[in-house]
Amino acid sequence: MSRRIDNHITWDTFSQGLWRDNPVFVMLLGMCPVLAVTNSATNALAMGLATTFVLLASGGLISLIARFIPRQVRIATYIIIIATFVTMVDYVIQAISLDLYNALGAFIQLIVVNCIILGRAEAYASRHRPLNTLVNALGMGLGFTFALLCLGVVRELLGAGSLFGYDLFGPRFQPWVVMVLPAGGFLVLGAWLLLFDWLKERRDLTRC
Amino acid sequence: MHADSLGFIFLNTVLANNFVLAMFLGLCPFLGVSGKLNTAIPMGIATSFVMLVSSISAYAVNLALVALDIEFLRLIAYIAIIASAVQLVEMTLKKYSPTLFRSLGIFLPLITTNCAILGLALFQTFKDYDFAQSVTYALGAGTGFTLAIALMAGLREKLSLSRLPSITQGAALSLMLGGLLSLSFMGFAGLGGGH
Repeated sequence: MSRRIDNHITWDTFSQGLWRDNPVFVMLLGMCPVLAVTNSATNALAMGLATTFVLLASGGLISLIARFIPRQVRIATYIIIIATFVTMVDYVIQAISLDLYNALGAFIQLIVVNCIILGRAEAYASRHRPLNTLVNALGMGLGFTFALLCLGVVRELLGAGSLFGYDLFGPRFQPWVVMVLPAGGFLVLGAWLLLFDWLKERRDLTRC
Repeated sequence: MHADSLGFIFLNTVLANNFVLAMFLGLCPFLGVSGKLNTAIPMGIATSFVMLVSSISAYAVNLALVALDIEFLRLIAYIAIIASAVQLVEMTLKKYSPTLFRSLGIFLPLITTNCAILGLALFQTFKDYDFAQSVTYALGAGTGFTLAIALMAGLREKLSLSRLPSITQGAALSLMLGGLLSLSFMGFAGLGGGH
């Protein structure tokens, strides 16, 4: 792998995570928070932004110090770095909004074990320059947030008839309660994946 | 039944609040290793063992952290404990069952980043469980995880023999199956009465 090519920051560096390798819809990483906190759009957005911050901060730091970390203990080192930033996020969210903190619950601390972050640290941050890593991590984080919103919006709309807490359909609306329950998370994500698979298959067919 | 009694905690974590199907913890192995029944069950047992070891250690470490008044280090301490527990299981398996060790492959070290285990350690701390309750909670979570992954593997083994439209061959179908399993586990809600 040549360093020369790596130094170029292209649109692709950023957009990789946004669409082509979307962490949720394509790589199927970090499913736990995706399903657990997307019962409302606000929670989904907060979770996405928190994860984006940890991706950015840990990615930047890891790509700065990667060459000083011995190979054998690199995973342990990455985990400790990630855990440090997650602890920071945890306290920051607690300070900003206690309601949000209670709604997200343990899932803020569980960002530590989100496979996306460790995966990106190992696959990208450890072998690229800090600037490239930051751009790529921003793309990944926004892609993750986008996926969370896709689920959160659908589930809140169907399960509670509201969007970001604003009531849309008035009191006559009969909510589809199962959508905000755990089963709804599985079903909605399954439906999104079916949609994307279908689109991909149609595109492949027209190309031939 | 009293909400904090051991029997209630066990039943509740196995069925009504199943870690995988109701609380969305440990989905990566649930979707990744559930292709075949004879790898899914050992995976469940290995995870349960790590859960038990890390739950006991997390209980002890939390006592030390509280005594020293450095609770902000909890997350880092827990993750270090879990990583060591996984290492322990890995070495044991490698020595006593090399075939199983190979068939679990990459998913064995990935138990470290299984959120069910960190989640278990965090939840037992939030809920202020004492030692016996923590151990029961860990056993219940492990049994629940094994149950969920075994059910899923059984379903997927059957489905792999049937003819499906091409777009559903993949994660989408597994998620739909998970949804149906989760729906049926909702039937256990309220089991044991009381809150």
